[in-house]
Amino acid sequence: MAARMGARTALVSFTRDAIGAMSCNPAIGGLGKGHLVREVDALDGLIARAADQAAIHYRMLNSSKGSAVQGPRVQADRKLYKAAIQRMLGEQDNLHIVEGEVAAIRIESGRVSGVSMADGTSIAARAVVLATGTFLGGRMFRGEERLEGGRIGEPGASLLAQQLRAAELPMARLKTGTPPRIDGRTIDWAMLDKQPSDSDGWTMSPRSQGRSVPQVFCAITRTCQQTHDIIRVNLDRSPLFSGAIGAQGPRYCPSIEDKIHRFGDRDGHQVFLEPEGLDTHLVYPNGISTSLPTDVQRAFVRSMAGLECAEIVVPGYAVEYDHIDPRALDHQLQVRAIPGLYCAGQINGTTGYEEAAAQGLVAGMAAAGQVLGRQIELPDRATSYLAVMIDDLVLQGVTEPYRMLTARAEYRLRLRANNASDRLTGLAIGNGCVGDERQAWFERRQRAKAGLLTALQRPASCAELAALGLPVKADGARQSLQDWLRFPAISLASLSPLIEGEHDLADDLIAEIEEDAVYAPYLARQDAELRDLRANERISLGGDIDYRAITGLSNEMVERLSLARPETLAEAGRIRGVTPAALAAILVHARRQAA
Amino acid sequence: MHAGDTIFALSSGAPPAALAIIRISGPGAGNALAALSGGLPSPRHAVLRSLQDPDDGGLLDRALVLWFPGPTTATGEDLAELHLHGGRAVVRAVEAVLARMPDLRLAEPGEFTRRAFLNGRMDLAEAEGLSDLLFAETEAQRVAAIRMASGHLSRQVESWRQEVLRLSALIEAELDFSDEDDVASGVADTTGQGIIALASHIGAALQRPRAERLRDGIRVVLAGPPNSGKSTLLNALVQREAAIVSDIAGTTRDLIEVPVGLKGIPFVFTDTAGLRDEGAEVIEAIGIDRARDAMAVADILLWLGPEGQGGARAWEIETQIDRIDVSRETKTAARHRLSARTGIGLDGLIDDLVMTAQTLLPGAGDVALNARQHRLLSECTEALDRAGQQDDLLLRAESLRHARLALDQLLGRTHVEDMLDALFGNFCIGK
Repeated sequence: MAARMGARTALVSFTRDAIGAMSCNPAIGGLGKGHLVREVDALDGLIARAADQAAIHYRMLNSSKGSAVQGPRVQADRKLYKAAIQRMLGEQDNLHIVEGEVAAIRIESGRVSGVSMADGTSIAARAVVLATGTFLGGRMFRGEERLEGGRIGEPGASLLAQQLRAAELPMARLKTGTPPRIDGRTIDWAMLDKQPSDSDGWTMSPRSQGRSVPQVFCAITRTCQQTHDIIRVNLDRSPLFSGAIGAQGPRYCPSIEDKIHRFGDRDGHQVFLEPEGLDTHLVYPNGISTSLPTDVQRAFVRSMAGLECAEIVVPGYAVEYDHIDPRALDHQLQVRAIPGLYCAGQINGTTGYEEAAAQGLVAGMAAAGQVLGRQIELPDRATSYLAVMIDDLVLQGVTEPYRMLTARAEYRLRLRANNASDRLTGLAIGNGCVGDERQAWFERRQRAKAGLLTALQRPASCAELAALGLPVKADGARQSLQDWLRFPAISLASLSPLIEGEHDLADDLIAEIEEDAVYAPYLARQDAELRDLRANERISLGGDIDYRAITGLSNEMVERLSLARPETLAEAGRIRGVTPAALAAILVHARRQAA
Repeated sequence: MHAGDTIFALSSGAPPAALAIIRISGPGAGNALAALSGGLPSPRHAVLRSLQDPDDGGLLDRALVLWFPGPTTATGEDLAELHLHGGRAVVRAVEAVLARMPDLRLAEPGEFTRRAFLNGRMDLAEAEGLSDLLFAETEAQRVAAIRMASGHLSRQVESWRQEVLRLSALIEAELDFSDEDDVASGVADTTGQGIIALASHIGAALQRPRAERLRDGIRVVLAGPPNSGKSTLLNALVQREAAIVSDIAGTTRDLIEVPVGLKGIPFVFTDTAGLRDEGAEVIEAIGIDRARDAMAVADILLWLGPEGQGGARAWEIETQIDRIDVSRETKTAARHRLSARTGIGLDGLIDDLVMTAQTLLPGAGDVALNARQHRLLSECTEALDRAGQQDDLLLRAESLRHARLALDQLLGRTHVEDMLDALFGNFCIGK
């Protein structure tokens, strides 16, 4: 992103070959996460296009539910994904890939001046984005085994971790886990329910053309009573329960031993068997991440239907790593105490590729903006999941790896996966981070949209619609075609005889216009709320409020506010536990300080 | 708002009275008290002190004084109370001395409560309860206001909010996780039932008598043709000559409203112009229109005219039963027969009014709602109704979010500034 905006950019990695490697499940997207992928794509990031070039299985999650909560998800072939990323990076001007370990951030007169490498060389830079994944102080656990590093077979970034800890940045540990990988040739696929790839040709990026790779199917099995018994008697051998791992893991993506321990009454849990690629036999059993010893893993895997003879190729493990309390960051993901230092991804306490991609994009955009002396416009909670995530991180902090969920976005009816371009590409063009091709595509698309919307203003009577065979009540009023679209039985296609002019429309644009019409009354109801939000966003609290000096705030509130340092009244109001009375007191205090 | 300075005001009723209480709140309260009484007493103990003008040593009053160091006080600040003898001159003199002290000033209306609110000493619903408390003149008003000030409404709203959150969580689990693991099925049905139950629960609260009735009193309107004895009855009910009584038809030409407490219940009695179709001049005609308007909004309508012409809700009252000099109309089904002049039957009417009023007022344990609370709860139930009718879980979740927003607003989570201004503007000075 920074390179595209015109900044001279170096990408430093242990090895060039590891760039684009997928650590965990080679799946991209999902509920909430799919929205992020589409948003990153709308801002001309790479993840969606690379996913399309590597996708061997497409599934639209929640396809039976309202479109705002539908989540596009693909299974990627690891090799193809990495190849796609490396190819696109290779084509990028201004970008230099540097192999090596960053040993330290160089800081001069309080701000970042570059990085020192472990080999003694250094790279000067006015802005540095840290994206350390699970490598920062990474430590792996499997039964009684312990390994240093961020991924099996790869070293961790321990020098950097020591420096950050020494710099008194607020650091903590989180953990995540991965399941054992199974040899697909040892799975009895015939007896399992299969889940084929979606047939309707949708893509992660609207800029991709259909399916480029052969599609495979996934299968579903379940844990059973026997699985649970095996795990239960071995719980004391899991580092999660023996006390070896103290860090908090995610509640919503728990290890299988957690699931058994906490939901003991359940008779089984679903396990999705997902192939990892076209030319590999590895299968990722989604739903049984574990750090139990290898022998226990083998035993419980084999207790499941279809896996009776399954061979484990790589056993699962848990990884514990350092992260920064994201409340030390501002909304541009810059460390407040060290200007020029930005953080993105798991270092900020989030899960997954999608959250990381979105943060990397924002951090890169902001860092380039700072270096190039350019004002960057960032989206807000009403225009993107991306902003919801960053706002949550920097105001609330994390107690478990943060995962995007649609429930986190209060304005999710407007934040649909399929209108991401409409919401964000214009802003990205303004920030100078969109390539020429996408810009031309976007302008064509917006012209087509405007043309159709104009044609949809045409009023139509019930009789006209009834004549087309549409189910309308005869006594309905005459209204615009756009208003008629609100009825579930009426689609854009069904109205086409009444639409004047020629319109060449992409599927995603048709869906966007139809959904806008369906949600229109709800969106209108949100308008007052949004006016309030934006009014409160304009009330600046100024830089240095001493929250201890405000009487009436509880110690808990003082602590949370001091860590998050909200910049506006609206932000302060979103911090958990801040009551209306407290908010009023903060406002009064800020006003008095400003006066 | 100048929350750094120290404010004072008379916070008891207008003098003259047996006692007058002046409260001083803010960082300078301790100094002010010490300057007046020669030192700070031990906290939260009432002591008798001579209050002197610090400039000339002149004796102002012998008074009980109390000292409450902040922040655990009613306002969240240092607070002093002076319990003076309630003469106008004493109060004026003490106020003048306080006003001369540096950084002390007379409080603006509602400012004590506003400070309490801003310092986290009460939430908005409690503050509103206090606002009503300060307006309260009768026992029933006072009890209801105390109930709200001590957080009954907040707790009630919080329990509704928890239920909305619970229902939302069920739906969100279905929306965000059903494709990943098997979430409990049947969410549409269970949440649908929950939403209907909650809507009817809040709906019942909305049906209950409103707080305004308590604050403004039960509206009893006396109506009938000219010279039917309305003004005489009014004067008898309120026990003073509030309305002019004469034998001349059309004596009462405008509404006469008299608030009065009967057995602890607030009433507003309204005497009206006598209704007649002919012979009324312009001003009287306007009065007759107003009389008809008042009849329409009456909680209880006492009808002194020809039987059956006062409308279905009217209480038929046969009056002047002691008089034999006029050709009285008798009623076959009068609810009350009385003579305002002699008092015959009056007690029966008053008992009936009080009993009826009790059914119109919030009962014990009920929380009475004011107009703002009523509007927000209505918004909440409307959103719940929309949620209940919606099969699409996503849209149901959106409507539940709106329901929650309405409850949040009720507890004061949004519109911070507007709401504060509206609320605190309602307080009389000194509270």
